[in-house]
Amino acid sequence: MVNVVNLLFQFLDSFAFIVLAAIGLAIIFGMMGVINLAHGEFIMVGAYGTTLAYNAGAPLLLSIPVGVLATTVMGLVLERSVVRRLYDRPLDSMVATFALGLALTQLTRIVFGNSLSSIGIPLGSVQYGQFSYSMYRVLLSSVALAVLAAAYVVFTRTEFGIRARATIQDADTASAMGVETDRMYTVTFGIGSALAGLTGALYAPTMSIVPGMGSSFLVEAFVAVVTGGASVLLGTTLAGGGLGLVNALFSNVYGTFIGQIALLFVAVLILRFLPNGLSGAVEGVRERMERENT
Amino acid sequence: MLTTTDLTVGYGDTPILRDVSLTVDDGEIVGIVGKNGAGKTTLMKALIGLLDPIDGSVTYDGTEITDWAADERARAGVGYIPQSRDVFPDLTVEQNLLVAEGVNADAEDLLYGTVYDYFPILEERASQKAGTMSGGQQQMLAIARALVGNPDLLLLDEPSEGIQPSIVQQITEDIPSINEELGTTILFVEQNLGVIQGMAERCYAIERGTIVDELGADRLADDGALAEFIAV
Ligand SMILES: Nc1ncnc2c1ncn2[C@@H]1O[C@H](COP(=O)(O)OP(=O)(O)OP(=O)(O)O)[C@@H](O)[C@H]1O
Ligand SMILES: [Mg+2]
Repeated sequence: MVNVVNLLFQFLDSFAFIVLAAIGLAIIFGMMGVINLAHGEFIMVGAYGTTLAYNAGAPLLLSIPVGVLATTVMGLVLERSVVRRLYDRPLDSMVATFALGLALTQLTRIVFGNSLSSIGIPLGSVQYGQFSYSMYRVLLSSVALAVLAAAYVVFTRTEFGIRARATIQDADTASAMGVETDRMYTVTFGIGSALAGLTGALYAPTMSIVPGMGSSFLVEAFVAVVTGGASVLLGTTLAGGGLGLVNALFSNVYGTFIGQIALLFVAVLILRFLPNGLSGAVEGVRERMERENT
Repeated sequence: MLTTTDLTVGYGDTPILRDVSLTVDDGEIVGIVGKNGAGKTTLMKALIGLLDPIDGSVTYDGTEITDWAADERARAGVGYIPQSRDVFPDLTVEQNLLVAEGVNADAEDLLYGTVYDYFPILEERASQKAGTMSGGQQQMLAIARALVGNPDLLLLDEPSEGIQPSIVQQITEDIPSINEELGTTILFVEQNLGVIQGMAERCYAIERGTIVDELGADRLADDGALAEFIAV
């Protein structure tokens, strides 16, 4: 039997996980055409930064920004040195960032060993019938919504965001209008890195902290980006909502393994029937409605 | 205001423009005429900094800017209107203008009032996506975008191309009046006889990548002399 309250909790949990896993990847890919195969390792760096700070005695609320900052700085350094040469070269960017990911994993293993002692989940849990839910993971769904809202405001309401989008649409023309396009790319990559770091930092208390931990985010991240389609924020929101619901439903009835399979299966269906992804389909409908209204 | 000396420009290593030397003085309206493929757009791109010269130099306002990137030239006061307009299609009209506010970083005021006076439709459509506007409206937006930061020099590439006659007429009147009102120096490319005669004080003629002639007011008024250099 599907239990509605249980389903709702699982939905919020899946939604948060999918959105947070995908958002950094989605911004870097959607805005800059770079497929960051080191995305999982960026998340891992965020988790390591947070866990190391916590283990060194910092409170969790301070340790999270430490993880975000570490990932942001790393992202900015990599953008200046490597990624900068790879804009609009998706294949080259995949090879380079894949190598980068391997290097980061190995480096982490060499420096910090096979695992760190983990933080443990804060905030306790709520009890409902035979179920028990971590308050912290429920809280993460509000964080996911806040991240989406903040990204929306930044990319649609601020001067920086509008210039960054102009750069993405037509870099030559943007520079002829006085926009420092290099800086737009650097800052956008920095934002994508920071969000990947935030994801690692937020999930650090809930996971084993091992060098390969980034891979647990990759399926959801890539499935969300691919099914989301061209419009980054709308796509990530829809993917988080739609895939989160599928995942929650099937996990609820058949367990988490089947939940994951269902997620992949639905992703394949979406790509088969909505080749422009979820955001492409929604925007298509919206444009048709606008045309009928005028 | 703007001088090029023996400017040679191409795509890759093949030169398209060879040894182009021209001068535009403060406050002038100068035309560039030439047939399709003569190299007019190549020249405009080299002037705004989207193409690196193979040889020669560009001087703007007394400073050599040959190595300057496009964004630096724009911020120094050069406004650019591409031949294909190239408005940002997914941004609204208002956002397109905002992107270009940095043109002429030294200018005191932004010219929203002026551009909305010249092109009221842009104010009405401020929140419409630029990609959904008609060709003529996009051309007005491209002009407004280059103008909003109050540039000292405006580079205008074939504003009449593919635009309905009434809007061509409007632009032909607006550009000289902008030049008068704001003192903006204007260098434009055209192949439309009426537009050239309506705007230019003098013209350079380009053929196969080199300047072959310079026409003053008297020869500009002569349809036959001008027609020789434009596609008919
Ligand atoms: N991106 C490019 N790569 C290689 N060659 C180019 C490129 N753009 C233009 N050319 C070539 O340079 C020459 C001049 O082109 P340009 O666009 O400057 O001509 P134009 O005078 O502006 O023509 P039109 O009146 O048709 O706009 C042409 O032979 C064209 O084929
Ligand atoms: Mg041209």
